[in-house]
Amino acid sequence: MSVLMQEMGDRALQLGVPLSVQVDLTYRCNEQCVHCYLDHENHGEMTTAEIKHLLKEMADAGVFILTLSGGEIFMRRDFFEILEYARELTFCIKLKTNAVMIREHEAARIRDLGVESIQISIYSHRPEVHDAITKVRGSLRRSINAIRFLKSQGLKVVIANVLMTENMDDYQGVRALAEELGAESTLDPTVTPMMDGDRSILKLNAGDSALQKLFRDEALVGDAEEFCAPPLPPDADSMDSLPCSAGHTACYVSPYGEFYPCVQFPLSCGNVRQQRFIDIWRDSEQLKEVRSIRLRNLSSCSQCVHGSTCTRCPGLAFMEGNMRGPSTADCEKSFARTGIPSNNLLAKRGSAPRLVQIQSSPALPVPAMTNVTLSGSFTW
Amino acid sequence: MNGKLYLSRSPRIAARKLGDEMLVMSGQGSTLFTLNPTATILWQAADGATSLDEIVDRRICSEFEVGREEALRDAEVLAEDLARHGILLVSREPIARQDAPAQEQEQQ
Repeated sequence: MSVLMQEMGDRALQLGVPLSVQVDLTYRCNEQCVHCYLDHENHGEMTTAEIKHLLKEMADAGVFILTLSGGEIFMRRDFFEILEYARELTFCIKLKTNAVMIREHEAARIRDLGVESIQISIYSHRPEVHDAITKVRGSLRRSINAIRFLKSQGLKVVIANVLMTENMDDYQGVRALAEELGAESTLDPTVTPMMDGDRSILKLNAGDSALQKLFRDEALVGDAEEFCAPPLPPDADSMDSLPCSAGHTACYVSPYGEFYPCVQFPLSCGNVRQQRFIDIWRDSEQLKEVRSIRLRNLSSCSQCVHGSTCTRCPGLAFMEGNMRGPSTADCEKSFARTGIPSNNLLAKRGSAPRLVQIQSSPALPVPAMTNVTLSGSFTW
Repeated sequence: MNGKLYLSRSPRIAARKLGDEMLVMSGQGSTLFTLNPTATILWQAADGATSLDEIVDRRICSEFEVGREEALRDAEVLAEDLARHGILLVSREPIARQDAPAQEQEQQ
């Protein structure tokens, strides 16, 4: 992130401005990815007029970065009408798509409309792996063709690769493909639960040894020794730090108008069909609660050695049952990175940091307790 | 510089007022800028039809304690600089506005 972008985020936080919003236009999709967290039925999407009304309210509220995603955005026949209107409102627009419906004409139109970037999901450089994940034969070829069309228009393309058991060995091939196509690339080794809470797809998450290997790949992380170094316990400053931008300078609106802090944080804060966007942003009790949380308020994580360096996702913690609790997927990543288990992992394994209780005599009514922190290697 | 100059907002620019600053994202390399008050005036007034000397007379000289000649000279340099970054279009003729984005919104 550039320094100016960071300053902009800080300024938005001070002013209480929702700088960045993701709007999913539809959950319908022409791919059926094995790891997808969405139900692809249409349960009553916002109409074109409703989306335009929402975009106007968002522009008035100060939203600058607008991410249009889905489902597959090109499943909406009114997609370009929405995009055109969004550009009239001078949003900085990022698109997330599988791109299989993008050809020369669509690429040229996206360029003419001044879209900032297009993020495209590619899971492998090998058709048999990518197409098995999307369950659509020929999908890799079509997505790659689309990237070529977009790059020929001078557009910025980011290849997004979700790593899971099916494609764990292919990320270097995807990175090489991105380089060949002139695209940027990102990796995310986290499969998230379905939005309805179903956690069955988590079995696709890469295992610990695969994560360990990933976090030691210096082509990805730079200096692996530094990246995987044991963390320092949280200091006073980090105790007051915010978990992430969700609900602070960013939020998410579903195709049905539901307003959440983030796409991965399905805590309903209101519905833009019934309330103004800015009223939900300013007044939602749920958002106020999300905004009140600091590291020091997290009972387990504030005491954890990974507290200040962990990538803990509050949305995933919420989906585990407690927005002030740990996110086990992030605990596992911290462990794979450093070899040091989090408090949460220790507790799950039945060996939480031992409380050494000093036996009190009858004359001393309050037992004193001392936390003992385990260190060293640990086999999970 | 002789003759009138006309300014228009580039159609590939994203912009939003954040507090008292104007954020501008140029499509050229996804570069983010913040505009100073004078540049913000030029951006806001760049409708393709109003000439730069009119903008200077109406918006800059009235707002800043500066002489007209000096203000016009500085505004021309600034406009050319913004054009180099792809933020403004500059022309010696009025610029048709069909491709330019609407005025940016100010937050509520």
